[in-house]
Amino acid sequence: MAVETNQMRKFLNDPANVVKESLAGLAAAHPDLLRYDAAAQIIVRQGAPKRGKVALISGGGSGHEPLHGGFVGLGMLDAACPGEVFTSPVPGQMLAATKAVDGGAGVVHIVKNYTGDVLNFKLAAEDAADEGIKVTAVVIDDDVAVQDSLYTAGRRGVGATVLAEKIAGAAAESGADLAKVTDTVKRVNARARSFGVALSSCVPPASGKAIFELPEGQVELGIGIHGEPGRRRAQLGPASEIVDVMVEAVVSDLKAKKGAKVLAFVNGMGGTPLLELYLLYGEVDKKLRAAGLEPVRNLVGSYITSLEMAGASLTVLELDEELTRLWDAPVHTPALRWGA
Amino acid sequence: MDAATITSWMREIDVAVRAERDHLVQLDAAIGDGDHGTNMVRGFEAVVQALGADDGSPPGKLLVLAGRTLVSTVGGASGPLWGSALRSGGRVLGEQMTFEGNQLVEVLSAALASVKDLGTAAVGDKTMVDALEPAVDTLRSRLHDGVALDQALDAAAAAAEAGMRSTVPLQARKGRASYLGERSVGHQDPGATSTALILRALQKAATKGA
Repeated sequence: MAVETNQMRKFLNDPANVVKESLAGLAAAHPDLLRYDAAAQIIVRQGAPKRGKVALISGGGSGHEPLHGGFVGLGMLDAACPGEVFTSPVPGQMLAATKAVDGGAGVVHIVKNYTGDVLNFKLAAEDAADEGIKVTAVVIDDDVAVQDSLYTAGRRGVGATVLAEKIAGAAAESGADLAKVTDTVKRVNARARSFGVALSSCVPPASGKAIFELPEGQVELGIGIHGEPGRRRAQLGPASEIVDVMVEAVVSDLKAKKGAKVLAFVNGMGGTPLLELYLLYGEVDKKLRAAGLEPVRNLVGSYITSLEMAGASLTVLELDEELTRLWDAPVHTPALRWGA
Repeated sequence: MDAATITSWMREIDVAVRAERDHLVQLDAAIGDGDHGTNMVRGFEAVVQALGADDGSPPGKLLVLAGRTLVSTVGGASGPLWGSALRSGGRVLGEQMTFEGNQLVEVLSAALASVKDLGTAAVGDKTMVDALEPAVDTLRSRLHDGVALDQALDAAAAAAEAGMRSTVPLQARKGRASYLGERSVGHQDPGATSTALILRALQKAATKGA
């Protein structure tokens, strides 16, 4: 049965069960890669814990699929803790996940910088330490749309999260120790910047109502991934002009050296087709080169979404040899797969 | 006041957040992500259930249990914040079976301290602290002036409501609303709003028991 809301038709049985039912479906689709622990509400990699391997965990509100559950598997995450839609998970989930994947070498928590995520992960890390598990936490905060970060909760964690999970996951898979894997997450975060644009709002299943209204012909610049409005609205111009804004915001903040090799990640927010994302990538590639950067790797697709929001974000990561090698390393998860 | 006061307080909160759920969601959708009402309802529903299953614990233990339940069911920022607040408040009472107004001030002061510590927020940041701090200060000063407990609690709840309204012209500096910068101005903070509901619920619960 499809449930009709005021503004959007959604495939739902009971809106209250959307997260649980989706996680059960994820596990049914990928039994070779992961399992769903319904009691703890966590997604755990098959075969975990792996003795001697540093484990990676991330988590956050649902509604950003495939983040994070779709990135559990070889060369990426060992477990994911999905909260309700746009609501951070609770410490019990992170603790259960930490215990499920700890192979004795320690566990890294990758935390997106939102007050709720940070507080809940903090409580969970304290509980894990009480149980004798070595846990480090890295907060991802790559969103340059948040200005005056001294007077806010700080920059949000967005696209760099996907890149950090892939790259640090490869480091952990190759046998790097806890300090090294933790440092890898930090390096990705330090060298990545993101900026997002929305063409529409999104509709959380529980409320059935759009989070914000965008007047005809307007775009929202500097959005996050929870349907929270951005910093300002502008007239919808050609894609080329929107990309100018995105590239300028990211490049001016990243301050990479001339000729730097970068990874360009054009991410769809859930409601923008690949047709448009590749159009955007073409513009991004051109403009990055014009700005003196060399995109040597890229990722194009919807990987960190905001339900059915139409829009896109750009993340630019300044690469070095090691980060490039880790990016290229085999990965096999529901949403990202190459070399394995 | 005793364990029944705490149970009644939690029930009153449950009723209040349920009645105001859509309003809280609306306020949160304007400057946050629209889940505050849903989260508070889920949390206090679980608290009422947990307290209902409890068999004769002293009031402090009930507050700790309520706090633990919020941490484990709410998520978001309000789960850890109110969860830690009630746990810290409950620890003040230890094992004692009854408590007086002055101790209630200590409970609420400990709760406030824990919220400010975990959330690193101060008055004026457009958060729940804008409602909670004036309420605690008002309760303390009224009781110190010899005002009767029910009247002092009424004044404290009114102070929380005034604090809640005071968040409208403020620009958020903590929490998700802070990302909006100047665009958060003109909206009432959802966390301060639910905090005012929680203080009003306390006044109702304490008055009922008296």
